[in-house]
Amino acid sequence: MTDNKLSSTDKDVAVEPVLLSKTQQQVAASLARRHRQEKLFKGVGLGAVIISLTLVAILFVNIFAKGVPAFWQAHITLDIYFDPEVISISEKPVQGADETDNEFRQRFIEWQTEVGMVNFNRLILDGLNKVIPEAQERQYRRDAARIVTSGERYAVRDMVIENPEIIGQTKTVNLLTDANIDVWLKGNIDRSLPDSQQQLSPKVREWVEMLSAQGIIENRFSFALFMNPDSRSSPASAGLAGAFVGSLYMMLVVIFLAVPMGVAAAIYLEEFAPKNKFTDLVEVNINNLAAVPSIVFGLLGASVFIGWFKLPMSAPIVGGLVLSLMTLPTVIIATRSTLKAIPPSIRQAALGLGASKMQAVFHHVLPLAIPGILTGAIIGVAQALGETAPLLLIGMKSFVAQIPAGPFEQSTALPVQIYLWQGNELRNFFEARTSAAIIVLLALMLTLNGLAIWLRKKYEKRW
Amino acid sequence: MTAIETNSIGKVKMTARDVRVFYGDNEAIHGVDLDVMENEVIAFIGPSGCGKSTFLRCLNRMNDTIDICRVTGSIKMDGRDIYDPSLDVVQLRAQVGMVFQKPNPFPKSIYENIAYGPRLHGLASRKSELDDVVESSLRRAGLWNEVKDRLDQPGTGLSGGQQQRLCIARSIAVSPDVILMDEPCSALDPIATSIIEELIDELKQNFTIVIVTHNMQQAARVSDRTAFFHLGDLIEIGATNEVFTNPINKRTEDYITGRYG
Repeated sequence: MTDNKLSSTDKDVAVEPVLLSKTQQQVAASLARRHRQEKLFKGVGLGAVIISLTLVAILFVNIFAKGVPAFWQAHITLDIYFDPEVISISEKPVQGADETDNEFRQRFIEWQTEVGMVNFNRLILDGLNKVIPEAQERQYRRDAARIVTSGERYAVRDMVIENPEIIGQTKTVNLLTDANIDVWLKGNIDRSLPDSQQQLSPKVREWVEMLSAQGIIENRFSFALFMNPDSRSSPASAGLAGAFVGSLYMMLVVIFLAVPMGVAAAIYLEEFAPKNKFTDLVEVNINNLAAVPSIVFGLLGASVFIGWFKLPMSAPIVGGLVLSLMTLPTVIIATRSTLKAIPPSIRQAALGLGASKMQAVFHHVLPLAIPGILTGAIIGVAQALGETAPLLLIGMKSFVAQIPAGPFEQSTALPVQIYLWQGNELRNFFEARTSAAIIVLLALMLTLNGLAIWLRKKYEKRW
Repeated sequence: MTAIETNSIGKVKMTARDVRVFYGDNEAIHGVDLDVMENEVIAFIGPSGCGKSTFLRCLNRMNDTIDICRVTGSIKMDGRDIYDPSLDVVQLRAQVGMVFQKPNPFPKSIYENIAYGPRLHGLASRKSELDDVVESSLRRAGLWNEVKDRLDQPGTGLSGGQQQRLCIARSIAVSPDVILMDEPCSALDPIATSIIEELIDELKQNFTIVIVTHNMQQAARVSDRTAFFHLGDLIEIGATNEVFTNPINKRTEDYITGRYG
């Protein structure tokens, strides 16, 4: 029956199109144009999505292709004899019963200085001589000194400080090779270049090939990238730890300063402040503040926090304060829009029972707003984590070879470290390391965003 | 055009004299005089925008929460001016409870919904006392048998009618003298509505109830007296059967017979 009806309708339309009324004809005439417009719009939208996804994909593929190999680095395995003749030091001090902490620390530092005077390079070279007998020869001394990166002597020193009993023993130790060896082995330099343009001497290249074939030099996971601070004299041991800890201190400052202040300001403005010209002005200015270029906040930080308050240059505390100022409007705006979205019926219910305004807000509105507030706060913190420009102006772009022990010490930050490595002259080593640092930063951001989504899902309640 | 109720019966609970409400410069209520008797159900009826809800919200000062809203005239409860600055609005609202148009339980458990008010005002010092208040409030709202096994479930998981009874139980729990109901059944189906109407009839024993409604049959069914508002004026007030069967004012008659609304 349905079939019948359908076919008869088809026939009607096909045979007697003139039966359409004038209005219907006009509608039919405009249909084609409307469909065309819709198709065009859909096409343009889809095109935009495809283009942006492609660009993101290219970016990610590019960064990952360059950066992932940098998580593995050439290491050399040597048997090192901790020669008592080379390491002639006094006993490691032990705190006496009648000794104060300060006195002991003084004594310990003196002992550490004494250990620092030892020629640990000698030990490494002796170890090297066992695998490359040729390296002992006088004319190859310079070549031999280039195999292990210079920073590794401190790793050997720290083994002695940690446990002086190893003096007199032979230990198998894994050491980072020079950055140029890593570059050579990874093929990041054209091997056909003439000697004059190669970063490694012919002899070193010959040894490296030999040790690599023997498995004495091999590609291993680079803990140095995560455990070490930045280094210039020994690029192979340059790591992100200093920048990471600097960023961490800054984020702590932001979390403990910008988030509570922003949330409190938003609650006051949204729930308690009278609506008048003054609060309108405040609101407009908060929105303006969110649009201020971040570098301006850097200038402000340099003149106010460093110039007036005499806070130290290059310190995470100043960076944290500047980033807090920058994050504040984001947190306020996010919190206010969350509070606005809480249905007024909840407030009325509480007020109708005789709750004071503050009780209504804190007992009922805030618990519902928590997921939104947390999301806003985390997005703000993630934004602050990736911010570079203001930090350049307060001195956080300087080279710092230590992991900062506190927020008042000199430090750099993850995005600034990326900027610094990007500009490093040892291009074919640091290009990969820069991408690796970008991957670490991206991973942190994605973790924070994931946390925001998880928190929102966890505390989301329906009303 | 203001009609004043003269043949009052029983004790007066609240008196309003020359109440005007302004939203900014716009006068929404033009001088209303009205008495609410103790333990009566009084219904406010009238077309949309006539000011009946606005007037209702003056009785527990809910209009205070609107920045641009200003109230003049006097509203007294048991002889005391509720707009007196020395009177704490929190105390007033503990005495004059409110049930809203849309059921608005807190997104918490059924138990917590009821216990919130008593806890807020320190009405129950021990857990067992609080349990008693919750049970008796739910019983009086006729909800106890339906929810006694799931007091820890969210109040928002109940049906619309149950939610509204939960809200009524929540306001009873604070032991108010007066309960204001702002179109309490407008979001409910007819069965849930009739349950609430029966409930209002029972609650009358202990509470004074002021109800705003769009539904004239409802006003006729539940109220003792009815006040008809139009364009911010109180047009007519009287015993419900008088107002519905023999309205004095032409506009009241027109509204009740459905000529406009």
